[in-house]
Amino acid sequence: MGGRDRGMTTVLGGRLDGLTTVHVDDELDTHDRLVVVGNGMAGARLVEEVLERGGDSFRITVFGDEPHGNYNRIMLSPVLAGEEHEDDIVLNSHEWYADNGVTLRAGTRVERIDTAAKQVHADDGTVTPYDHLVLATGSYSFIPPMKGVRDDAGELLPGVYGFRTIDETRAMLDAVGRCRRAVVMGGGLLGLEAARALQGHGLQVELVHAAPYLMNVQLDPEAGAILKRSVESLGIAVHLDVFATEVLGGDRVTGVGLADGRQLEADLLVVAAGVRPNSDLAVRSGLEVQRGIVVDDQLRTEDPDVYAIGECAQHRGEVYGLVAPAWEHAKVLADVLTGADPDAEYHGSRTATKLKVAGVDVAVMGVNTPERDEDEFLVISEPRRGVHLSVVIRDDVLVGATLLGDTRKVAFLTQAFDRGAPLPEERIRLLVDLSDGAEEVGVAEMPADSQVCNCNGVSKGDICGAVAGGCGSVGEVMDRTRAGKGCGSCKSLVKQIVEWAADGELTEDPAASWYVPGIPLPKPELVRAIREHELRSVSAVFALLAPDGKDDAKSKMGLTSLLRMIWGAEYAQENDAKFINDRVHGNIQRDGTFSVVPQMKGGVTTPAQLRRIADVAEKYEVPMVKVTGGQRIDLLGVRKEDLPAMWADLGMPSGYAYGKSFRTVKTCVGSDFCRFGLDDSTQLGIDLETRFQGIESPAKIKMAVVGCPRNCAEAYVKDVGVVAVGNGRWEVYVGGAAGASVRKGDLLATVDSPEAVTTLAGRFLQYYRENANWLERTYDFVPRIGLETIRAVLLEDSEGIVADLDAGLQRSVDAYTDPWGQDGKQPATPGQFRPALPLIPLPKVPVR
Amino acid sequence: MSVTELTTSGPTTTAHVVGRVEEIPPGEGRTFVAGGTQVAVFRLRDGSLHATQAACPHAGGPLADGQTDVDVLVCPLHLYAYRWADGASTSGAPPIRLFPVREVDGDLVVEVQPVEV
Repeated sequence: MGGRDRGMTTVLGGRLDGLTTVHVDDELDTHDRLVVVGNGMAGARLVEEVLERGGDSFRITVFGDEPHGNYNRIMLSPVLAGEEHEDDIVLNSHEWYADNGVTLRAGTRVERIDTAAKQVHADDGTVTPYDHLVLATGSYSFIPPMKGVRDDAGELLPGVYGFRTIDETRAMLDAVGRCRRAVVMGGGLLGLEAARALQGHGLQVELVHAAPYLMNVQLDPEAGAILKRSVESLGIAVHLDVFATEVLGGDRVTGVGLADGRQLEADLLVVAAGVRPNSDLAVRSGLEVQRGIVVDDQLRTEDPDVYAIGECAQHRGEVYGLVAPAWEHAKVLADVLTGADPDAEYHGSRTATKLKVAGVDVAVMGVNTPERDEDEFLVISEPRRGVHLSVVIRDDVLVGATLLGDTRKVAFLTQAFDRGAPLPEERIRLLVDLSDGAEEVGVAEMPADSQVCNCNGVSKGDICGAVAGGCGSVGEVMDRTRAGKGCGSCKSLVKQIVEWAADGELTEDPAASWYVPGIPLPKPELVRAIREHELRSVSAVFALLAPDGKDDAKSKMGLTSLLRMIWGAEYAQENDAKFINDRVHGNIQRDGTFSVVPQMKGGVTTPAQLRRIADVAEKYEVPMVKVTGGQRIDLLGVRKEDLPAMWADLGMPSGYAYGKSFRTVKTCVGSDFCRFGLDDSTQLGIDLETRFQGIESPAKIKMAVVGCPRNCAEAYVKDVGVVAVGNGRWEVYVGGAAGASVRKGDLLATVDSPEAVTTLAGRFLQYYRENANWLERTYDFVPRIGLETIRAVLLEDSEGIVADLDAGLQRSVDAYTDPWGQDGKQPATPGQFRPALPLIPLPKVPVR
Repeated sequence: MSVTELTTSGPTTTAHVVGRVEEIPPGEGRTFVAGGTQVAVFRLRDGSLHATQAACPHAGGPLADGQTDVDVLVCPLHLYAYRWADGASTSGAPPIRLFPVREVDGDLVVEVQPVEV
């Protein structure tokens, strides 16, 4: 505690000696007299709120039982633990009251209210008149009846402490140096914190709790049991379901006697067995008191000029023991008293709290168990890790959550709880992040400088800045910052940050539901219109469906893909509507050259093929030859004008390593050579690639087939992955990813022949082609539609579309032509392969 | 390709015939050299002609390989877009240079400032 004075008599937040405050003669002042009884978290906050609303019209007097200024009672645990200095928990010092013209009567207890005469009588004999009276008397530590807990004078036996005030905290801090063993009564929040703090001072601590599990007010029994293990692992002994009946020791505590006859040795006893509202004053003054002082929705007692707020108040049957409701009370009452909003009402608090108790993260909100038959209840319990998570959902709204040991999801849950935000269809996402590219931390907790879009170097702060700068929709923010405009894997995170930053002020982005930005139609309507009007070219689509018939560069690629899907061979080709990759059938590189990846079905090649590739690479001075991740060979750095001749020399079809299309099927060596292989994965991979080659889709499609669950070709993380499981059976996984996002695919079905795999994979591919948004990968598509729905549609034909899907896919299969063989012989447009850059020598990129 | 010097249309620019209109398919762009300067020339589907600098100011991408509409040109490398009207980027890159371009009897005529050799 450094050299700072911590004498028992020091007034916390006290005033320098010699300062006085001059008061105007009461008789001359016509302002309303506002008297606040209680200078704790609620009372002081009310005064602040009144002043904030220009409360100059009041003469304010605050009575405080304690001699101190206003301090943060929540922070007493860190003070006891030695983590905070008491000076740092002062909220409003005496100075502050003086500066704001508020009379603070600290250390003065109000004994009685004369509601008829509108006066309060204090224990120093003074009588203070009021126009409005606010009771904010808080609560006190409940000391259960125990033999020997009090001395003859009715005071707590020396060595016995409540844990409610700074003075009690100071007394304990003063005692810990002389004590060895402590017993804490009460396994609620306060008791646990006291136990942890005392243990930190080197005391051996035992905790006695009357209920069958810890924190029984907030947690369910299972969570309580897990918390017990965590607390015990810290070295704190826990005794549950037992009362302390006796405090041992004559003039100083020496131990505690339990109801079951055991005796625990102790030279320090902390009683943290709950609090009770301080309502004696109200009772004595004839106000209605049940569990607390009864108030209406304007915090008014039955006397129209007397109010009650904070822990002493009972509103609609509820008495709150948390600071947030007390502050909400203060706000509403300040509105009412000052006339800022004379009709302000308080309708109860949805209490959500996050804290660290005895070193364990805990967050609780709402109810902790289902209360109605229809309530959904999801629990994840990991006792060994000390983690217990649960949520209660009613009518699609989060009505309660308990997080113990892992509070990473608290930001999202709190939002959902407070605002009734929509919940994910897969409820488990409320509690854990499935590793599919969804964000890992709550956006509220992300630091402003953390990078969100790695492609374009956009931070959370940049996104918030764009929102603050007037961007009213996700699309506008993305346009302004370029966030999400690279690989796109951060789009959902960008959306969440924008929603969080806009705090509900977001305008619905109409374009969000459109298939492409330039045509104001969602995909199903767009497809219908294209079919109905037989629009076979991109320019025809713009002419008929775009606003003013205006074309849009950023929509062309998506429309080309869609038209090819719909019309197959009957699509009217327009090269300008294609991205450069699709115009010249190669992937453009950073220097304007292209990559050439010949088809190599299933990753299987031959010596003759390899020889030809080697010859071509030498002939055209290919700067780099590289084996790709898709089990093919990539010739990089090829000049556009060399492409047709290279294709001719290679004599191999295009591998489509550039398109938003089916790419490749990776395979393992299967059963022919591998001693573990269960089935011929290699041949099935070749067959799949033969069938699906060149088929365009909303985003690229990668597949893999493995001959056993060792997964050597990574089938679990492909858009479609096939795994041989023996006896001729194959598992088909969909929606996997191992790119910017990593996600294990979902098992769609297990089938019993290679033909069934081909049929099912084709059906899924076509369903995805017809229903996915432009650039939506399967790893987003599958969770969005839901695996159950996809299964019902594809396996049970729940929508009666399977025959159409099969036919649609077949149309595209039939329309396949090898683009290299076609355009290589006869260019599609004049100058299709003319160099775009450089026409005059420019610095070259280094060649490895 | 043959570059013929035509007339000078002002004190600071020189007009060059860089090629024929039909060398550029509708909606696409092609790169030409006009008096030692690389220019990308575009023929939109509405028949209008536009000429810009050939390399994207962001990362040197070949603009002639980009996609177009009536308002903008989009670079193929990182999809930065530039307005035909003034060359300004709609997404925060430096602007591109525009050159006057017109069709004369099927010839593409681009005006550029003479390059000091």
